[in-house]
Amino acid sequence: MLNIDSLERGIVIDHIKAGSAMWLYQLLNLDRLECTVAIIKNARSNKLGKKDIIKIEGMLDINLEILGYIDPNITIAIIDEGKIIEKKRLVPPETLRNVIRCKNPRCITSIEEGVDHIFRLTKGQNGPRYRCAYCEQEDQGQPEKLLK
Amino acid sequence: MRHLIDPLDFTVEEIEALLDVADEIAADRQAFRQVCQGKTLATLFYEASTRTRLSFEAAMLNLGGNVLGFATADSSSAVKGESVADTIRTVSCYADICAMRHPKEGAPLRASRFSRIPVINAGDGGHQHPTQTLTDLMTIRRRRKQLGNITIGLCGDLKFGRTVHSLIKSLARYEGVKFILISPEELRVPDYVIEEVLWDKGVPFVEAEDMELVMDQLDILYMTRVQKERFFNEEDYVRLKDTYILTPDKLAAAKPDMAILHPLPRVNEISIDVDQDPRAAYFEQAQNGVYVRMALIMMLLELASPAAAMAKDGASIKEGR
Repeated sequence: MLNIDSLERGIVIDHIKAGSAMWLYQLLNLDRLECTVAIIKNARSNKLGKKDIIKIEGMLDINLEILGYIDPNITIAIIDEGKIIEKKRLVPPETLRNVIRCKNPRCITSIEEGVDHIFRLTKGQNGPRYRCAYCEQEDQGQPEKLLK
Repeated sequence: MRHLIDPLDFTVEEIEALLDVADEIAADRQAFRQVCQGKTLATLFYEASTRTRLSFEAAMLNLGGNVLGFATADSSSAVKGESVADTIRTVSCYADICAMRHPKEGAPLRASRFSRIPVINAGDGGHQHPTQTLTDLMTIRRRRKQLGNITIGLCGDLKFGRTVHSLIKSLARYEGVKFILISPEELRVPDYVIEEVLWDKGVPFVEAEDMELVMDQLDILYMTRVQKERFFNEEDYVRLKDTYILTPDKLAAAKPDMAILHPLPRVNEISIDVDQDPRAAYFEQAQNGVYVRMALIMMLLELASPAAAMAKDGASIKEGR
């Protein structure tokens, strides 16, 4: 089995659906970080069978809110001095800015240059869902087609 | 600075106050003829409109103000590819308030984020039309003496009919309102209106396809046109356009004091034979549209009605201020 050193200080993003780690790496802008980032693909998992893991060394203040939209089953552990100091529970964020694109051809976001794509979390009969802040069209639930 | 983008931008109390001013105007339009002297309204109409644009222009002219603007996207810098954000920043230099109609949904909201002047949504695609809603509310209140405790049937194109979405959102805030949503399967009210407005607030509603079966229950019948310009497929439009045509025969079962509303323009969904029926309120609605837009312009420009201004001045003199 491949061994990756445990973190002294950093963030572990665990239980990522197998095959999604590289995509999340891009989405979270981890490519812009100077620190060490390890991507572990297809790790064995009792819960998922296979999973991906991302370990980020030395940084604790990365905005991971978007993961609550992508997959609330992902777990996040904050590590300091070699110990888990916080396990973050993912909740769907109230607002998504430039994460998903509105698919409504009648929406102003389909033609306006420089517009932020904003979706807001709304309550619905069938549970919470995201709607475009401009036209109120519902998110079509295709997170693999995110803006990045 | 306030804008009117969504019908819920104003509280129930603010709407009541605005309708009170509109009633004052209806009673004595002449008293308001100088309220907006020196002020300019820009009408930015990227989509053809007769009633709404002329109604806004008439409203500002009745208040003694000036009007500038364009009536189609072809006559604006949109043809050169200018963004809504840039257009409104420029227009903010020329006018004190603006009314925007745009075929793209959310365009007035986008404009309001860059504007230095109040922006009024004069209709955005198939989304919202809050000033038509104010017109509808004024007409309902004048006919029924209140906005609550009514059964309203909305009939026709409930999917793309922006006036319908705005009216449902607004009326859902009043006690005792029941909606009967009459449309063919393909033109039903969008899910978000059902789920987030009616279902979420526990507002009673039923969906129906036959207008005549529910006619006797209605206090208000709100007819709409099936709008050709909202269809990407001509075939669908042709198939659905004549689904509902209101005739005197169909009104036989209606209550004698029911009011028939229509945002206009109508094509054939209300037979002209209905126009003489005292229940027909749609031309009254068009008249109310001017009054309510006058009241709205005053509200957004923070201008008091002459009577209120005089009362305030009188109080100031009395107190020696």
